[in-house]
Amino acid sequence: MRQGIQAPGWLAKRSTVWILLVPMVAVAGLLQLFASSLVVDIYTQFCVNLMIVLALQAFMGNSGILPFTHVGWMGIGAYASGILSMAPMVKSLGVPNMYPVLVAVQVPIPVAIVLGGVVAALVAALIGWPLMRLSNAVGVITLFATLIVMHVVMTQWDNVTNGPRTFFGLQKFTTLWIAVIGAAIVLYVVHWYRESSPGLRLRASRDDRYAAMAVGINVVQVRYIGFVFSALLAGMAGGLWAHLITSFSPKAFYILEMFVLLAMLVIGGQGSVSGAFLGTAIVTAARQFLLQVEAGINNSGALTLEVFGLTDIVMAIFMVVVLIWRPNGIVGGREFTWPLFRRRMKPAADGATGSQQT
Amino acid sequence: MIDLEFMINTVSLGSLYALLSLGLVFVYGILKLVNFAYGEYLMVAGYAMYVLGTFTGVPWYATLVLAVLTAALVSYLTELVAFRPVRTKSLTAMLVTSFAVSVFLQNVVLITISSRSRAVRFPSFFSQTITLGDATVPLRNLMIIAITIILLTALTLVMKKTVLGMAMRAAADRFTTTRLMGVPANLVISAAFLISGTLAGVVSIFWVSRSASVDPLIGMAPLLIAFIATVMGGMHSLVGAVIGGFVYGLLFNVLSITLPASLISYRDAFMFVIVILFLLFRPEGIWKGGYTEERVG
Repeated sequence: MRQGIQAPGWLAKRSTVWILLVPMVAVAGLLQLFASSLVVDIYTQFCVNLMIVLALQAFMGNSGILPFTHVGWMGIGAYASGILSMAPMVKSLGVPNMYPVLVAVQVPIPVAIVLGGVVAALVAALIGWPLMRLSNAVGVITLFATLIVMHVVMTQWDNVTNGPRTFFGLQKFTTLWIAVIGAAIVLYVVHWYRESSPGLRLRASRDDRYAAMAVGINVVQVRYIGFVFSALLAGMAGGLWAHLITSFSPKAFYILEMFVLLAMLVIGGQGSVSGAFLGTAIVTAARQFLLQVEAGINNSGALTLEVFGLTDIVMAIFMVVVLIWRPNGIVGGREFTWPLFRRRMKPAADGATGSQQT
Repeated sequence: MIDLEFMINTVSLGSLYALLSLGLVFVYGILKLVNFAYGEYLMVAGYAMYVLGTFTGVPWYATLVLAVLTAALVSYLTELVAFRPVRTKSLTAMLVTSFAVSVFLQNVVLITISSRSRAVRFPSFFSQTITLGDATVPLRNLMIIAITIILLTALTLVMKKTVLGMAMRAAADRFTTTRLMGVPANLVISAAFLISGTLAGVVSIFWVSRSASVDPLIGMAPLLIAFIATVMGGMHSLVGAVIGGFVYGLLFNVLSITLPASLISYRDAFMFVIVILFLLFRPEGIWKGGYTEERVG
């Protein structure tokens, strides 16, 4: 019965975004003031990862399809933005046999990052339609095969990507605040998409494909929109990632990295933006901790063998435990809304205002 | 180009791929789970051969049998520990679980043994070749064909004649109804995982013997082949899986011969593009089984 503070309409409508944004920005500010540059780097990485995971949530969470290609969109964005932003001199040095046309172009870094997203979205638009027709197992396998195709192309097309070798020479552009602003924008956009008409139709198609078709939803079309939208965001996030890391190889856009992204989304809860946020935070923290432990064990020489891969083992176990204990993730497909925890006190009466349970 | 040698090699490759995809479909048919950990059963069998062959004096035939049993056991254990608790949850939960199991098994081997590849010893007749008429083929390829014939016959008999086999076929068709008839779900699913692991183990022997070495990522390539072959053949029937395996083997060998050398590194990409195009026109695969989306719940 308690109403709490009455928030103005525009605030209440996007309260989830604010609940997540305020701590994110506050922590960034505190770290900027007090923390070491190493911690700031980790937080910057977290913000970039958050963008990629939110982009993944936009499609996977709303459509129920597991898009293995996601990490590939990130890769396309990374390569495309890198090629567009690097100086011709550096490019001909780093990628000796790149096409002359590509060597010649150079645009400012922010433009390159946006264009990287556009390239990823174009590729997604080109190949997405047939993929979106497939559901269930066949769809999963085909998307998986598409990731392999992308990887083969990235490792073999050395006129563009420098083949399996490292692609280097990017300028560092992504600072803490650029990453925070980027993550904030993506957070807002993904939340908006979830509540928008195409997003709602996509969620309907996830919950019951045949019922959605019966009420006139073009399932392939809404999936297609979500797929391309997600690729656009992931491509831009990949561009920011590339200009943070500054050198990378096709290995960074493959199965193990997809596993990490999936772990972030699934542990938090794929059904909601809040879940993606929380999952990314938890997994980033846990991974950093485990990597420290791993390095500690290896450096101390307490064991005769080196324990690479401990992090991934623990992540895998953690993931399965979360799936058994809470199959919809820790947040369970809900959003945080203001006032917090109102639903628990008043389950039935206010279903129309705050309920976003899926 | 189409001579006896090509034919024998294609049939043997097809046989191997048929067994591979059959193992995947056994689980998929009943549980509707695309098992990403399937390649890791092969890997585990490969490491079993490495450990037994290098550190113990077990004779080679016992090594091979134990390797197959190890794969079956690991397959069963993953079902027991990981898949059973999430079975009733969403399809994505199960997929992600199998992905996690795969990463887990890979990294366990990475930590306990090594990330580098290890040599596996095989009896010498594995690498011998024999001459039939004007064709010279590895003896291994003929063994694959023979073992595939034996296994397919045995599995057909099991599936058609025994109660368990009939229960499994019924479960693949209508799981809920089958349970109402008094068939225990856990038994049928465990049996499917055991058969799946056994097939993976058998394939592993021949897969590993080609390079005589094993590394933690060895399961990746066979997993992909099994995926593509089953999708092509049809995910909803065992016959489809076998057909898909043979078609994949044929396609692979034909592409290997016909693609120019500059494009051979793109061969996998070509394979997948062909498959994706194929699915556009026939999403249900070559062999259309009884289509069902019912899941275990």
